[in-house]
Amino acid sequence: MAPLAQQLTRPAVSLRSLTRSFDGRTVLDSVDLDIPAGQFTALLGHSGSGKSTLLRAVAGLDHQVVGSGELTAPERVSVVFQDSRLLPWRRVLDNVLLGTEGNKEAAERGRVALAEVGLAGRERAWPSELSGGEQQRAALARSLVREPELLLADEPFGALDALTRIRMHALLRRLWERHRPSVLLVTHDVDEAIVLADRILVLDEGRIVLDLTIGRAHPRSYRDPLLGEYRERLLAALGVREDVPSEDGLVTKDSK
Amino acid sequence: MTTSTAAPAVSNAKTKQVPETGRTWRTGRTGRTGRTGHRRSLAPGKRLPATRLIGPAVFLALWAAASAAHLLDPGAIAAPWTVLETAGQLWTDGTLTTDVLTSLERAAYGFAIGLTAGVALALTSGLSRIGEALIDGTVNLNRAIPTLGLIPLFILWLGIGETFKIAIIAIVVYIPIYLNTHAALSGIDSRFVELAEVQGLNRLTFIRRIVIPGALPGFFVGLRLGLTGSWLSLVVLEQINATSGLGYMMFQAQNYGRTDIILVGLLIYGVFGLASDSAVRLIERRVLSWRRSLSN
Ligand SMILES: Nc1ncnc2c1ncn2[C@@H]1O[C@H](COP(=O)(O)OP(=O)(O)OP(=O)(O)O)[C@@H](O)[C@H]1O
Ligand SMILES: [Mg+2]
Repeated sequence: MAPLAQQLTRPAVSLRSLTRSFDGRTVLDSVDLDIPAGQFTALLGHSGSGKSTLLRAVAGLDHQVVGSGELTAPERVSVVFQDSRLLPWRRVLDNVLLGTEGNKEAAERGRVALAEVGLAGRERAWPSELSGGEQQRAALARSLVREPELLLADEPFGALDALTRIRMHALLRRLWERHRPSVLLVTHDVDEAIVLADRILVLDEGRIVLDLTIGRAHPRSYRDPLLGEYRERLLAALGVREDVPSEDGLVTKDSK
Repeated sequence: MTTSTAAPAVSNAKTKQVPETGRTWRTGRTGRTGRTGHRRSLAPGKRLPATRLIGPAVFLALWAAASAAHLLDPGAIAAPWTVLETAGQLWTDGTLTTDVLTSLERAAYGFAIGLTAGVALALTSGLSRIGEALIDGTVNLNRAIPTLGLIPLFILWLGIGETFKIAIIAIVVYIPIYLNTHAALSGIDSRFVELAEVQGLNRLTFIRRIVIPGALPGFFVGLRLGLTGSWLSLVVLEQINATSGLGYMMFQAQNYGRTDIILVGLLIYGVFGLASDSAVRLIERRVLSWRRSLSN
């Protein structure tokens, strides 16, 4: 392991004029981005702004997509999807171990990872026997067991209820502090991004329109008034203004 | 670029249009099960033990009652006790044992060959594009021809002995096993394909851990259809051309107007069919114990 200072100067992910298009429609328009090793980054944007496309490109999942540009990512990358994507025919521990060597030592690491996400004792359960939040925690354990240098997460808590989501935020942050992977968290939840990330990117029309560093100490409270400033800037970048009511209470930039 | 070597999948420096790689997997319904238990009220409820026997028992009771009340012509349909008596007689003669064993042997051979062929062809065709090009169309063509229509040709080719019967049974068995297994193999959820890529599975592990277990429910559907098919074709084959076996026994009985013997034959076919289907269901429930479906 390199010393922390050195880690932070070495980019884990580096994109140079990354362009992606579907059927002639450009979704990512020449994106440049460096994510330093060990940084917790959140990616915000409207639905359809290309967040998932960017994440899939970094994950190496965008075969058959037309695109150009340069892309560097570490060797060990883990992805957490919106759905837990556990194989229903494998028990929880076997799901966590999917893709590992399958020896004793790996199984032990799997048990440790499950314990870390609070699922100790559920190793032999079937995925269908877990709650939604537990399934997502198992998915988190599966991504941790590979000791990723880069953790990509595409709205990992999108399907969870608000209370579970808050718990998962704390868990994810704790896990990050312990393992220090670089994180790219795609979300449409501004508060989630503010509470969790050290840096927030806003993607709009295929470009990064805001790159915000959040300099507040952790753990952050959802009620911290200083975080409200960030929220306002982010909402402005997203084209949402809270102060001018319209029929639906919000004015979006789409109505320009 | 500052980072060291990266995995080929993600380090496409100068990423360009990537042509289609490998095969694409259509999203299917397999792999989504295991969540059906949530709305309990829509499920038919817990199954009582041996409830499947209630229907046959009622039927038997009606048959016995009608016979006792002389509502049935004993020449057309013998009474249940007559059938049992005849069965006992045939058993002590030893002819029934021979006939049953012959029939069982034919069904078992045909079924084993059909099962092996169906699974082997489905795997070849489901896991390789070349295999699919060669096999899938051919099997579907074979399916379009009524198998029993092949009997005259098979008799000419294979002679009138056991071989042609076993061949016909094997064909009847392999088709549903192939079709259902192949559909399940190519219907693996594309999300799981993505997962396999993310987890860095190699092709062999992907097939072993994801494709095959995901296709097992479909395979079992085919297996049960094939099993039914093997009994069905046995009835036909043994009545057309045989010198022993249950069908032969019934064919002979027809000449002498012995409905009781015919009913003994039908009864045994029924018992075997039900027993073999139950055995497969039992195995299925063991193997697919991860499923929380309506049948639990
Ligand atoms: N496979 C595809 N084929 C065609 N168009 C696609 C494909 N995948 C994405 N797109 C299009 O690319 C655009 C960006 O999609 P993407 O999934 O990246 O959005 P997103 O920011 O993740 O949105 P959301 O927040 O709703 O998940 C959308 O307009 C979408 O329709
Ligand atoms: Mg998305």
